[in-house]
Amino acid sequence: MMPALLSIDVLLIAVCAWLAIGLAGLAAPRNLRFISKTLFPLGALVGALVGLSALLFLGGAAEVAVLAIGLPNLPFHLRLDNLTAVFALLVGFVSAGISVFAAGYFRKGEGTAPGLMCLQYHFFLASMLLVLMADDAYAFMVAWEGMALASFFLVTTDHKHAEIRRAGYLYLLIAHIGAISILLSFGVMTSGSGDYSFAGMRAQQLSPFWASAAYLLALVGFGAKAGLLPLHVWLPEAHPAAPSPVSAMMSGVMLKTAIYGLLRVSFDLVGDPLWWWGVVAMAVGLLTAVFGVLYSTVQSDMKRLLAYSSIENIGLLAVGLGLTLIFHAYRMEGLAALAMTAVLYHCLAHAGFKSLLFLCTGSVLHATKERSLGKLGGLIHRMPWVAWLALAGVIASAGLPPLSGFVSEWLLLQSFLFSPGLPHPWLNMVVPVAAAVVALVAALAGFAMVKFYGIVFLGQMREPALKEAHDAGPWERAGLVWLALITLLLGIFPATVISYIDAATRQLLGTGLADKVREHGWWMLAPISPERASYEPLIFLATIVVAVLFGRQLVHRLYHGRIRRTPAWDCGYVFQGPRAQDTAEGFSQPIRRIFEPMFRMERHFPTARDSQPYYSVKVEDHLWHWLYLPLARLMNAISVLMTRLQGGRIAIYLLYSFLTLIVLLLVARP
Amino acid sequence: MSATMPISAQLINLFASVILLLAFAMLAQRRVLTLINLFALQGLALCLATLVAAVSTGQTHLYYSAGLTLVLKVLLLPWILHRLVRKLNVKSEVEALINIPATMLVGIVLVMVAFNVALPISELSQTITRGTLGIALAVVLLAFLMMITRQKAITQVVGFLSMENGLFLAATSATYGMPMVVELGIALDVLVGVIILGVFFFQIRDQFDSLDIRHMENLKDN
Repeated sequence: MMPALLSIDVLLIAVCAWLAIGLAGLAAPRNLRFISKTLFPLGALVGALVGLSALLFLGGAAEVAVLAIGLPNLPFHLRLDNLTAVFALLVGFVSAGISVFAAGYFRKGEGTAPGLMCLQYHFFLASMLLVLMADDAYAFMVAWEGMALASFFLVTTDHKHAEIRRAGYLYLLIAHIGAISILLSFGVMTSGSGDYSFAGMRAQQLSPFWASAAYLLALVGFGAKAGLLPLHVWLPEAHPAAPSPVSAMMSGVMLKTAIYGLLRVSFDLVGDPLWWWGVVAMAVGLLTAVFGVLYSTVQSDMKRLLAYSSIENIGLLAVGLGLTLIFHAYRMEGLAALAMTAVLYHCLAHAGFKSLLFLCTGSVLHATKERSLGKLGGLIHRMPWVAWLALAGVIASAGLPPLSGFVSEWLLLQSFLFSPGLPHPWLNMVVPVAAAVVALVAALAGFAMVKFYGIVFLGQMREPALKEAHDAGPWERAGLVWLALITLLLGIFPATVISYIDAATRQLLGTGLADKVREHGWWMLAPISPERASYEPLIFLATIVVAVLFGRQLVHRLYHGRIRRTPAWDCGYVFQGPRAQDTAEGFSQPIRRIFEPMFRMERHFPTARDSQPYYSVKVEDHLWHWLYLPLARLMNAISVLMTRLQGGRIAIYLLYSFLTLIVLLLVARP
Repeated sequence: MSATMPISAQLINLFASVILLLAFAMLAQRRVLTLINLFALQGLALCLATLVAAVSTGQTHLYYSAGLTLVLKVLLLPWILHRLVRKLNVKSEVEALINIPATMLVGIVLVMVAFNVALPISELSQTITRGTLGIALAVVLLAFLMMITRQKAITQVVGFLSMENGLFLAATSATYGMPMVVELGIALDVLVGVIILGVFFFQIRDQFDSLDIRHMENLKDN
C-alpha cells in the first residue's frame, strides 16, 4: 500500500517548489513579464498550498522527517507539530497575498535585476518555512541564517543609495548578534551531551541556573530578530529601505518566526519555566511597546511609522508571552492558555494587517514617489481601492472592533484581568499596572493610525503632483483584498479561529480554550465565561453598519439642501488651501510635548526677525546615543590602539614574529 | 663532541659551522653583490653537508636533496638575484636600521639561545647529524635578524632564502631531511617566491623610485 502523502511532505515539496521558482527566475533574470506575471503568482499558489495543508494538519499528531543533506552524520531533522502548523499557516496565507501583490509591484530598472530578486524572495520564503520545521539546532541555524541573508539582500535591493546600504549593514550586524546568542542558547540546552536535536534538548534536565541562561540567551537572540529593546534599531532603518512587499514580508512574517522561536524554546525545549522569566519578558515587552508606539506617533515617514508600530506589536507579543510564562510557572494552565491564545492570535492578526498596511504604502509610493507624510494627503480621491483597504488595516492596527486587532488585544487584556489570582504578592500588584500600560499602548496605537490614515488619505492634497496619482493595478488590488479578507475573517470569526489554533496551545500547555469557546457557538467569544466577558463580533459589525447607514441617512435628510456657501468673515484666514491643514508634525505635537523626556529632539523655531522663517523638528532615538554610539566609540578607540601595533613597517612586523618565536622557544619546554 | 666521532659526523659538523660562520658574515656584509655570493657559498656548504650525510647513511633521497640544493641555491637563485641587482641598479651599499656591530652582538645572543633550546631536542634524535640542530636554529634566527634590520627589499629576500637554508639544515640534522615531496614543494615555493618578489621589486621601484621598504609605511591607512 502506498503511504499517504503526509502534511510534512507537502510542506517540504512547497520548500522545494519555492526554491525551484527562485532558480527559474535566475534563468531569465531580465524578463520582468515572465517573472512577475508567472513566477510570483506561482509562488503565491505555493503559499496558499502551505497555508491550506497547515490548516488541515492542525490538531493532528506530530510528523517527523529526516533529510540526509548537510554534513555527513548530521542530517536535517524536521518536524511538523501544531505550533509549527500555526506559524506555517501564517507564512503560507500571508505570503500568498504578498506574492500576488508583488506580481504587480516590481517595475523595470529598480535596483537588483528582477530574476535575482525573485530568487532572493523565494529563498527567503523557503528558509522561513524551514526555520519553522527544523527539529535540530543545526537545521534551525542553517535555515535561520539563510533567512537573515536572503532578507539582507532584499533590504539592499536599492543598494545604490548609501543610507540603504547602511540600513542593510546594521540589520546584518544585529541579525548576527542574535544568531550567536541563539546558538549559545542551543549549546546550553544540549548541556554538553553533544546531541543537537530538539528531542535531545527536551530530554535534558537543566539546573535552574542553566535553564535561565538558555532562556535569557534565547530572549536576546530572538529579541534581536523581533526588534525587542534595545536591539530594535535595525527595524526602523531596514523597513523603509526595503521595497514594500519585502517590508511587508519582514514585518508581517519574519518577525513572527522570532516569536515562534521564543515560544519553542521557552515552552517546549528548556523545560519548566521559572516565574521571573515571565517578568523579564513582560518588562522588556512593555518597554518595547511603549517605546514603539510613542515613536510611531511622531514619525513623518509613513514606512518608519509602520516600522515603529511593528516594534510596538512585538512588544505586546512579548508581554503576552511573559504573562503566559508567569501563569504557566504557577500551574494556572487555564489562564496560561488564554494568554497564549492571545499571543498566537495577535501573531496572525499582526501578520495580516501590518503586511496590508506596508503593501498600501508601496502602492502609495509607486503612485506618488513620496514617502514623507508632509507631501501626501487626499489620496482617497485618486486611490479609492488602496484607501479603503488601508482603512481595514488601520482599524485592525488601532485595535478597534470588528477587525482582527481588537480580538487579540481584547484577549490579552482579558488574561490580565485574572492576574490578581497569582499566588505572589508583588506580582499581584505589579501586573495590573502592566495591564494599564498595555491599554495606554493600545490607545496611542490608535492615535498613530489616525495620523497615518488621516494624513495620507484624507483631507486635501498637499502637493499638486498628487493629482497625477493612479490607483493600484489589478494584481496589487488582489493582494490587498486577500490580506484585508484575512483581517476581516480573523475579526469576525474569532471562536472558529481559536478552535483551530487551540491545538498549538494544547500542545505547549496541556490545556486549551477550545472547549470553552465551542460551548457558546461560533458567533460568540467568551474565553472564561459569558457572565464575565463576551464578545459577539457579528452583533458589533451589524451595529456599526446600521449606525453608519442610519447616521448617513439622517444627515442626508436633515442637513442637505440647507447648506449655504458664503464668503463670510473667514475667521481672518485669507485662504484655506492644503497648507492650512494639520501637518504630520503638528498632529503629533501633543505627544511630543507630553512624553518629551522619551525623545531626543532637535528643534528649530523661527524668531520674529527671520526673513525666511522655518520650523523644523528632528526626533531621534535616545538609545542610539546612550548605547550604540558609545559602543561604537569604544570599538573605535580599541581599533586605534590596535593600529599602533600596525606601524606599517615591515621590520616591525617581522620583529613581532621574531619575538614571538624567541619567546615560544624559551617558554615552551618539553 | 667526543674524539671517537666518525669522520662523517665531524665533516658534517665542520660544514654546519661554516654555514653558521657564513650567516654571521652575511649579517656583517655591507655590499649587496657580496651578500649574494655569501648566500651562494652558504648554499654550497649546505649541499656538501647533505652530501656527506647521504654518503654516510646511504639515504638515497638525501642525494636528491643535495642536488636540488646545488642547482637551486648555489646556481639558479644567486644568478636571478645578480640579474635583479644589475637590472634594478641597486646601490651597492646595504643600509641597516641598527649598526652592524650591534647586530653582531644580538646575533651572538641569538646563537646562545638557539643552542640552549636545541639541546634537549637533539638528545632525542638518533641521527649522526644531531649536533648540528642548534646551528640550524641559530642560522634561522640570524637570517630572521637580517630580515628585520635591513632596509632594502633585496636584502630581505636574501635573508628569507638564508632562513630557508637554516630550516633545511634543521630538517636534515633532526630526521635526515623531510620527505621528498615536501622538499620538492618547498624548493618550488622558494623559486616561485623569488620570482614573484622580483616582479614586486620592479613594481616597488616604479612606484617609489627606490627599493627602500620604508616607503611602504605610507601604504597603511591612517
